[in-house]
Amino acid sequence: MSGIAFPTPDARVVARRDEIVAGLSRLVAPEALVTSEDERRAFETDGLTAYRKLPLAVVLPSTTEEVSAILRYCHENGVKVVPRGAGTSLCGGAIAQEDAIILGVSKMNRVLDVNFADRTMRVQAGITNLAVSQAVNYEGFFYAPDPSSQLACTIAGNIANNSGGAHCLKYGVTTNNVLGVRMVLLDGAIVDIGGDALDAPGYDLLGIVVGSEGQLGVVTEATLRILRAAEGARPVLFGFPTSESAGACVAAIIAAGIVPVAMEFMDKPAIEICEAFAKAGYPLDVEALLIIEVEGSDAEMDATLARIVEIAKQHGVQTVKESKSAMETAAIWKGRKSAFGATGRIADYICMDGTIPTGQLPYVLKRMDEIVKGYSLRVANVFHAGDGNLHPLIMYNVNDPVEAKKAEDAGNDILTLCVEVGGCLTGEHGVGIEKRDLMRRQFNDVDLEQQMRVRAVFDRQWLLNPAKVFPLEGRWLPQTDAA
Amino acid sequence: MTDLLQPRDEAELAEAVRSAFAGKTPLAVEGAGTKAGIGRPLQTERTLTAKGLTGVTLYEPSEMVIGARAGTPLREIEATLAEKGQALTFEPVDYRGLLGTAGEPTIGGVAAANNSGPRRIMAGACRDSLIGVRFVNGRGEVVKTGGRVMKNVTGLDLVKLMAGSWGTLGVMSEVIFKVLPAPAHTVTVVLHGLDDARAVEAMAAGLGSPFEVNGAAHLPAGLERVSKTLLRLEGFPESMAYRAAELRKLLKGFGGADVVEGDPATSLWRQVRDATFIAEPRDAAVWRISIAPSKAAAAVAAIRRALPVRCFYDWGGGLVWLATTPAGDAGSGPIRAALAGTGGHATLIRAPAEVRASVPVFEPQPAAIAALSAGIKASFDPAGILNPGRMAAGL
Repeated sequence: MSGIAFPTPDARVVARRDEIVAGLSRLVAPEALVTSEDERRAFETDGLTAYRKLPLAVVLPSTTEEVSAILRYCHENGVKVVPRGAGTSLCGGAIAQEDAIILGVSKMNRVLDVNFADRTMRVQAGITNLAVSQAVNYEGFFYAPDPSSQLACTIAGNIANNSGGAHCLKYGVTTNNVLGVRMVLLDGAIVDIGGDALDAPGYDLLGIVVGSEGQLGVVTEATLRILRAAEGARPVLFGFPTSESAGACVAAIIAAGIVPVAMEFMDKPAIEICEAFAKAGYPLDVEALLIIEVEGSDAEMDATLARIVEIAKQHGVQTVKESKSAMETAAIWKGRKSAFGATGRIADYICMDGTIPTGQLPYVLKRMDEIVKGYSLRVANVFHAGDGNLHPLIMYNVNDPVEAKKAEDAGNDILTLCVEVGGCLTGEHGVGIEKRDLMRRQFNDVDLEQQMRVRAVFDRQWLLNPAKVFPLEGRWLPQTDAA
Repeated sequence: MTDLLQPRDEAELAEAVRSAFAGKTPLAVEGAGTKAGIGRPLQTERTLTAKGLTGVTLYEPSEMVIGARAGTPLREIEATLAEKGQALTFEPVDYRGLLGTAGEPTIGGVAAANNSGPRRIMAGACRDSLIGVRFVNGRGEVVKTGGRVMKNVTGLDLVKLMAGSWGTLGVMSEVIFKVLPAPAHTVTVVLHGLDDARAVEAMAAGLGSPFEVNGAAHLPAGLERVSKTLLRLEGFPESMAYRAAELRKLLKGFGGADVVEGDPATSLWRQVRDATFIAEPRDAAVWRISIAPSKAAAAVAAIRRALPVRCFYDWGGGLVWLATTPAGDAGSGPIRAALAGTGGHATLIRAPAEVRASVPVFEPQPAAIAALSAGIKASFDPAGILNPGRMAAGL
C-alpha cells in the first residue's frame, strides 16, 4: 500500500547517522543499541504491516535515567524519536523512518510495587498488559483494560493509545484506570504526573498524556488502579437472525438498567472465521452473535441472565448458549480475542476502529456492507456493541496494489461514515499515521490548532513521534503566544 | 458591583470573549456562582456567566449519554435522567450548604470543578464521565473536543484538561456525559467504634472484596458519639441482600455491624457527599485532602498534633474532609507539612478571601509541572483573561 504519505526524511540527519549512532553508544550499553540493517528490520513496522520504514537506529534502554539521557541527546541534536512498546499498534503509531530513532521501553518490564490495600500497583511501562493482571491474580485482583493484543502489548503502548478492550463497558478504558506516570520530557527532565491518590492537583496533565500517542514524552513507569474480580463471570452466546435484531436487543438491555461487563457483536463472516479457529461452539446458523458476559455470584448471574434472556426472546433470539465451564468460557473469549489473528490466517486485512452512537448500528451495518461491496471486497465485523466501537475487518490481497488501494479507500469511507453519524475515527486504536489525514473529517482547523498548541508545550520542534496524529499540511511551529 | 455579561448562545459567548481578548479585559467566569468562593480571589471588573446557555441538547437513554448547554441547572439534568431511571455516576457534590451559597449549580460548573462525590471510588470521577465538551478559549475561538460516544481516542483528550480547570482555560458552552442506570436499591453496612486506622482497614477489606462496594466513608468519634464506618452497596434488591450478608461476614473481625437501607441510607450518603458533618461552625476553614487511603490516618494524626481538627473520610480513606481554625494560614503549613512525602495534597475549599489570597488554595506544584501548566494556560488563554490567578499565580 502506498496511500499514506511520509514526509521526506531530513537529509541532514540521515547524513549524520554515524555520528548519531556514536553519540547514542555513549549513553547505553552496547546490547541496548541496534544499528545493523538486519536487526533494524525487526523494527521497520508495527501492527500496520503494509507500511515499512527502516529507523536510523533502535535504542532499548533499561532505566528512566537512560531514557532521559537519550531524549536529551536527541533534543540537543535535532533527532526525531519514535517511542515504542511492543509494536502492536494497528494505526502505524510505532513506525519510524530513516531520520528517526526508535526508543523502545520493552526492557523495562518489572512490577515495582503492589498495594492491595490501596488497590494500586506501580510498574515499569514496558511490562505487558497481561503480565500486570497475572502479577495480582493470586489475590483475586486484575487490571481492567484488556485489549485483544494483551499478551504482547505494553502498558506504555496502552497509555499512549488510551487502549480499551472487551470489558471496558463496565470498567472503563486506560485513562480511567491509570493514576500516575513517571515520564521523561523531550529535554530529558523526569517528571511525576499524578500519583497514588485518586485525583491530582492542578490541570489534569495525566488526562492528556494518556492517549497522546507518544507525542508528549516517554512514559517509563505507571501507577495503575487494580480491581478485585467479581465472584464469578459467565459469558453467554446469543444468536440472532439479523444484525438489526441483535442491535435492538443491546439497546433494550441497557434501557432495562442492566450494564453487562461486556457485550460483543460478531456478524456471520466473523463467526465463521473465529469458530474455525477457536472451536468455541459459536452457532453457525445465525446472522449475528452477541457474547454477553455477566458477573457476580452464581445466583446473581442466574438472575441477571434470566432478565437478559427474557429481553433477547422479545427480540427474536434464535440460539442461547451458556458457558458451562471455565474451559468453555476460555474458548468463547479465545474466539473473540483471536478475531484479528484468525482473519489474518485466511486473508490480509485492515482493521477499522471507528465508534458510532449505538442507535445508528443498523444503518451503519447496512451502509458498511454497501461500501465494501462497492469496492468488490469482503468484510467481517466484530465490535464492542455496548459502546458502539466497531472493528470491521476489510479483507484484501496485500500483493495486489489495486486491491490494497481499494481496501484503504473502503476503510476511509467507513470512518467518514462513523463521523457523519455522530461518532469518531478511532475508539481505541489511535490515529497514528493511518487516520492522520482523516482528522479534518472530525475536527476543524480551530479544534486541531488548540490540540497542536498543547502538543507544542511539550515538544515545539515536532521531534516526538512526528508525522502522526496531525495532518502533515497545516502544521505550524507556534509563534510566541504571550500577549 | 461588577459588570455582568450573560450571553444567550455560544456565538454571543464567543463574541464576549473575543472582545475581552482584544481589550485584554480579565473576566471572572462562572455558571451560577455557587462555587465562586473556591480558589484564589479574582481581581476582575467583569463577570461572564454561562447561565444563559441552557437546555438539554441530546439525551439517548439506550446509548447512556446526555448532552446539555453549560448553563443548564444540574437539577434539570438529574430530573431528565431520573425520568428514564438513569443518573450521573459520579454524584456531584452540592457545595451550597458548605459554602453558604444560593442559586442552582450548573452542569458546566460541575465539569469545570471536576466535582465528584462518594461513588468516585468505584465509578470514576466527573472527568471519567465527561466525554465531550464545546468551549470558547481565551482567543474567543469555539473549540470542540471529544464527542458523544464513550470510546473515543481521536486526538489529544482536551476534555480531561477542561475538567477541573475552574474556568481558567476556556468557557464551556456545552458538555456531554456518559451516564448509567440509577441504582435500584441502596444498602449500607455500618460498623461502630473503629478508630481511624482500623476504619481504613475495614474499608480496604470491603473495597477489596468482590461485592462492589461503591461508597466507603468513616465518621470518627467527635462527629458522632461513637464512630461510624459506612460501606455502601447499590444494585438490584435481591442481589443487595446477598451482598450485604456476605460483606458483614467478611468484616466480622471489625465488630458488629448494622444495615441501613432505603431513604435513611440515601440521606446519609448525601451528607457524606456534601460534607454536611463539618459545615458548622460556619467560620471554620475547610480542606479537602486527597491521599492514598493507607496513608490517610497517619497524616490526619500528624495534623491533629498541630491543629484543632474535625474531619471525616470518604473514598475509603482517600479523601479527607477536614475543618480547622481559619486563623493565620488556616492550617496550610501544618497540613501540607504532614502531607509532604505522602503523595497526598490539600485544597482549601472554604476560607475568608484574605486567607485565600495569601495561602495557596491548590497544592503548589513542582517546578517542571508548574512550567507545563503555565504553558498549557498560555496555549488556551494567551492574554490571561479567563479567571486569572484563580488556581495559582499565572493560572
